[in-house]
Amino acid sequence: MMSHPASFSNRSTNGRVVIVGASLAGLRAAETLRAEGFSGHITLIGDELYEPYDRPPLSKSVLAGWISEEHITLPRRRDIAAEWLLGIRAVALDLSNRQVQLADGRRVPFDFLLIATGLRARPWPDKEQAALDGVFTVRTRDDAARLHARLAAEPKRVLVIGAGFTGSEVASVCRDLGLQVTVTERGATPLEGALGQAAGAYAAALQRRHGVDLRCNTTVLALEGDAQKKLRRAQLSDGDELDVEVAVIALGSLRNTEWLQGAGLSADGRGVVCDAACRAFDADGAVTDNIFVAGDVARWPHPLYDGEFLMVEHWSNAVTQAETAAHNMLADSATRRAHKHLPSFWSNQFGVNIKGVGLPSFADTIVLTQASSQERRLVATYGKEGRIVAAMAANAPRVLPAYQALIEARAPFPPDLHPSDGPARLQLLPAGFAKQEHATPDAGAVITGAGPNTPEQRVEGEALKLLDPRVPPGTLPLITLHANGAGMEKKSPVQEVQSGGMRS
Amino acid sequence: MRIIVDLTRCQSYGQCVFLAPNAFRFHGEEALEYDYAPDDYMREQVTWAAAACPVQAITLDYRDESSEAISQPQSPGVKP
Repeated sequence: MMSHPASFSNRSTNGRVVIVGASLAGLRAAETLRAEGFSGHITLIGDELYEPYDRPPLSKSVLAGWISEEHITLPRRRDIAAEWLLGIRAVALDLSNRQVQLADGRRVPFDFLLIATGLRARPWPDKEQAALDGVFTVRTRDDAARLHARLAAEPKRVLVIGAGFTGSEVASVCRDLGLQVTVTERGATPLEGALGQAAGAYAAALQRRHGVDLRCNTTVLALEGDAQKKLRRAQLSDGDELDVEVAVIALGSLRNTEWLQGAGLSADGRGVVCDAACRAFDADGAVTDNIFVAGDVARWPHPLYDGEFLMVEHWSNAVTQAETAAHNMLADSATRRAHKHLPSFWSNQFGVNIKGVGLPSFADTIVLTQASSQERRLVATYGKEGRIVAAMAANAPRVLPAYQALIEARAPFPPDLHPSDGPARLQLLPAGFAKQEHATPDAGAVITGAGPNTPEQRVEGEALKLLDPRVPPGTLPLITLHANGAGMEKKSPVQEVQSGGMRS
Repeated sequence: MRIIVDLTRCQSYGQCVFLAPNAFRFHGEEALEYDYAPDDYMREQVTWAAAACPVQAITLDYRDESSEAISQPQSPGVKP
């Protein structure tokens, strides 16, 4: 493509770029700016004290203690000559004056802004229980270091609440360390939100084969501490009461968008809406030309999935979206490009490498397309309305690029492959993404409607309580505690949860 | 030194595990784990591993990239 030096040079040599979020996406964006010739001022703002580090090993090799949390600092592709403001939070955005306001009152001026504030772990809904000694989340290197230290002290039993990717990986580490572990999952199987129930059944078998006490269709109603506020017990919705010393809350994540409230951008609990060129939409749905978005916090329309706006939490999406956003900051209409990255993810758990491409939750049907004996390796393909939309592979990473090509080509489903390790006859099954969102919301990639201003689903009244991770599946919102609770001194945990709604 | 492996790109060929076994390992048959900050004594091995990766998934920090041409390691199990 021809470059356009006249229009390019203004942007590439002058100006101030502020990047809010100093993690993977923020760093890769800064590197791309320099690689493409930007010689102006770059400021990186991050609320953690550490320079950018990689998060995937936090629930794997760091938690297991194979490498220290000090060993996961991201390598640099080049010198970015940036000003670093670490350990301080951005609290507001002033669009008209082009300034980011920090928690200490400082204002940082910008010509171009990249929003890459990512996610944080969704906390346990009861603050008092969440504060008990022994209750953990896994999102930051401090989280992982603290949890590793506790696991190394050999607790008698670990409770993992939520069997999405993070929860499953934590359970896998616990078994590697020889610890007893119970996993509760409100959905019908582990990984249901990400892979559906059909593939989730494979994940459930994997967990049980490795000695996990896996309890699906089950929630934790309450965590109980002793007088010293140490975690001692957990009340489960299946009626069991477990003695546990450690509980890991793995209930998905929340988008860090609060600082943008009222700023005039199209941002809410689902993220910051941007176009395929990573430019943020303002609150009226008009695209901005100096505010960009990348990584976990972005929500953008993917051309392969009917213009649905996606939120994608995958590592490779953060990298490629940051590269595109930075490129487009310096580009004009002739050189601007779209972020069309196909969602791609991996997870290592119980000694199995699980990889996926595409968007499984877009599918309605799944079919096993390749499998070795005893299914030590397998590939499943996801389809919707006669077209292949995703694929997942267990211990078979080398076949995935071929499936990726089929997805990008919108190839027909079921695919006509005839591999040597294919089944004699393709057996189509429902993919098993439940309509009601009972499963742990740790899906990695989520569809959020077509259109930048698709309203966030407002859930009110009794139905709101169903979003509470403590409420067991199948609970009817109309069941009230008054039915059998009259005159009881102390409510049962089920009643507490059902009457309490979203406490926070 | 500092490294990173793009595990989306990685296809578990395992060349890195053969060449720098103290920096890379398999957990199970196909699940790669690695040390992002290998000790300096592994520098040569890890540099070879990055060069030998069939899908070029290993990135070194720019300060660790050698300007010299990397010679092929004389190690069994490495296909040209």
